Amino acid sequence: MSKKIINNAEDVCAEMMEGFLAAYPRYYKRVPDTNSLMRANPRQDKVALVIGGGSGHEPMFSGFVGDGLGDAAACGNIFASPDPGTIMAVAEAVHSGKGVLFVYGCYAGDNLNFDMAEEMLQDTGVETAHVRVWDDCASAPADRMEDRRGIAGDTFVVKIAGAACDAGLSLSEVVRVTEKARDNLRTIGVATSPGMIPGLDKPTFELADDEMEYGMGIHGEPGIERTKMKPADALVEDLYRNIMAEGHVSQGDEVCVLVNGLGSITVLEMSIVYRKVAALLERDGITVYDADIGSYCTCQEMGGFSISLMKLDQELKGYYDTPCYSPFFAKEGR
Amino acid sequence: MNTLNITHAKDMLTYAADQIIDSLPLLTEIDSKTGDGDHGIGMAGGMKKAKEKLAGMEDCTDVYKLFAEAGKAMLMSMGGASGVIFGTMYMGGAKGKEPKAELTPAELAALLRDSLEAIKTRGKASVGDKTMVDALEPAVEAMEANAAQGLLPMLEAGEKAAAWGVEQTKAFQAKFGRAKSLMERAIGHQDAGATSVWIIIRSMREYVAEHAVEKGV
Repeated sequence: MSKKIINNAEDVCAEMMEGFLAAYPRYYKRVPDTNSLMRANPRQDKVALVIGGGSGHEPMFSGFVGDGLGDAAACGNIFASPDPGTIMAVAEAVHSGKGVLFVYGCYAGDNLNFDMAEEMLQDTGVETAHVRVWDDCASAPADRMEDRRGIAGDTFVVKIAGAACDAGLSLSEVVRVTEKARDNLRTIGVATSPGMIPGLDKPTFELADDEMEYGMGIHGEPGIERTKMKPADALVEDLYRNIMAEGHVSQGDEVCVLVNGLGSITVLEMSIVYRKVAALLERDGITVYDADIGSYCTCQEMGGFSISLMKLDQELKGYYDTPCYSPFFAKEGR
Repeated sequence: MNTLNITHAKDMLTYAADQIIDSLPLLTEIDSKTGDGDHGIGMAGGMKKAKEKLAGMEDCTDVYKLFAEAGKAMLMSMGGASGVIFGTMYMGGAKGKEPKAELTPAELAALLRDSLEAIKTRGKASVGDKTMVDALEPAVEAMEANAAQGLLPMLEAGEKAAAWGVEQTKAFQAKFGRAKSLMERAIGHQDAGATSVWIIIRSMREYVAEHAVEKGV
């Protein structure tokens, strides 16, 4: 039995959006006739960045709309992609004549619905493009990159895409930069306890009290290895070994690092995780350009975290350093 | 009843929608084994929208339009992979057809054939991938093979083939959706989408059977 603070299960997405919009009218407003949101003061004369996906991962995606971030978020039901009509309405609400870039996690449902929305928008003369995030290196082997799922890496990809859109780049240039961010990025996670979908009385998976699972997805998709709980340092070493096996960063590189909580982990624990990640990167001669600790892409109250590493070059650094702001994610410029 | 006229088509689609809505607990249970358990909720929600749409189409004189509008109501409300796939199951085969006040058995089979092809193009799934295609493709083939026998025998054959297809999905690993990450652990469980296809075609058969008796055909 889950002690969720909800009313009726079927109302959770609608009531969440009502509350969210009521709390942040300074920043957000509803896209008319949808359960999705956009900036309160839409920007003009730039590529519109529309992010989105299923609900239940808050603050991803709704909390990643803001200055230097998304222009709007198309939100579906819990763990289900928004429908093409919603996506279209959201895109039309923020399109200012320079095209629309969609950034979303690579899942069958999202791919189908966003593709359909893009076809419909293109039929009306709106120029569109998409970048699917597939950072979860535990979800498929490297030779099947397009089968990988998008998880916490959404944070960095949306950050870079938002900065590139705000800089006034053309749609094709924004796509190039955003794909570079996506391709330079890998994430691996570990789950220690399941999340609960509001209204369902069974957790998304079962895990014994003394067990954890490497590579578990943010909807409870099975991972790559189930093992006994370990001290933080040993656990981080396992994850680090896995992510470094991807070969996307090596000695001399500069990276930004995200330790993302999956829902119920504390800042205390995530800081202990980051302490070890930083030590391992230093040992391997990899420079941390910037790091972040936060529960940005969650699976309800799931226990555990993920580590994301994005390799930076001069161009990505420029966009990474552009200030951004939302009530849930902010970076100072430098 | 050897053709599907506009009244029958509307009632039949409404009946199929009700059967899906009533199957919510079954579909939820099946989907919880390999997915995240939301297939039934999504399908029931979409079918409710399709029913509402159909109820408002008293003046419609084109059977294809009924299918297209029911599908569009699902597509534009459901979200998730099943919104696109099941919306296309109704819309895909109705697209580009000349308006018709009634469908022959062969025309109904052709509608579902074109829907199947549209689904395969969009979803990139084939038989054996543990999706709804595993039920729809054998059903369409059986309907095409039996269209000359009449509406009811054709739908009986389609229902039987769909049920067979659902059974087959138990043996497959999933290539799409969340069940994909289960790999061999998905084996032994039937696919929820295939189950929905079977319920829809079974409902079509039940509706036609009832009305065939009524009219003494």
